[in-house]
Amino acid sequence: MKPFKKRRRGGITATFEAGEAHLLASLSGQVIELLRDRNGADESTADPLAAQLGMGGPSLPPEDPVLKRLLPDAYRDDEEGAGEFRRFTERSLTSVKVTNAEILIRSLVDGGLVFGAPDAEAEEPIEIELGDDEVQAWLRALTDVRLSLAVRLGIEQDEDIYLVAQSEDEAIAAMSEIYDWLGYVQETLIAALD
Amino acid sequence: MSTPSPVEIAEPDVDEIVELEDPWVTIVWNDPVNLMSYVAYVFRNYFGYTEEKAHELMLAVHHEGKAVVSSGSREQMERHVQAMHEYGLWATLERQDA
Repeated sequence: MKPFKKRRRGGITATFEAGEAHLLASLSGQVIELLRDRNGADESTADPLAAQLGMGGPSLPPEDPVLKRLLPDAYRDDEEGAGEFRRFTERSLTSVKVTNAEILIRSLVDGGLVFGAPDAEAEEPIEIELGDDEVQAWLRALTDVRLSLAVRLGIEQDEDIYLVAQSEDEAIAAMSEIYDWLGYVQETLIAALD
Repeated sequence: MSTPSPVEIAEPDVDEIVELEDPWVTIVWNDPVNLMSYVAYVFRNYFGYTEEKAHELMLAVHHEGKAVVSSGSREQMERHVQAMHEYGLWATLERQDA
């Protein structure tokens, strides 16, 4: 990857290897799927009028630990307050997060990413250019992907990051490398904004 | 003809005073995932804080485990918490000194 940098005329650019772009798109796609599952299950039972008004989402926190982190309680030690807040806001929070991830994927597609390409190694690098709104979506979408991976890796405290990096389980070590890389991507994006 | 009793007049006033003296706060909690640069960026860009104040608040979250980042009405704090959740920061609201 060539880190994010600011162009003179304002856009923010970066270049990803095709494999990296596929990885970013796939991880973002997984976040979208997870968030849609949360919505979908509820939509089948929701009050139609409330749904039409954009109200009446679920009041209980999600059981899935990743969704629980992406859609956290707004009140601590106040189950009723948290439930009420969630009922009125969770749907819009979910849809904002889905939109951010979709924008991230679209930027990669605009940069030349092709899904289902037979040989990612042979593909050209993906050069993206982000406007202000896209930058905001990328910052948030990268965060959601990192939060999701961290929950799956069991990163709950600062020290855990070093523990998973040294894991003898190859799958964990590989996922931990991806997690680190995503942090690097986000760090270069933030640096380019200054 | 109805004359409001003093008790009825007094009640809303008391509520108002309580609300003014007892505002709500938005708290951001530390987590091992969000980058320090990102948290400071969010405080600067969303709340409009100076670079210095945003950095201070970020360090408070990091070292003390949490920091009050804003105070005001319950409705305002609910909007802030929602925005923080959009950014992926872990935030809650509560009555000050709850």
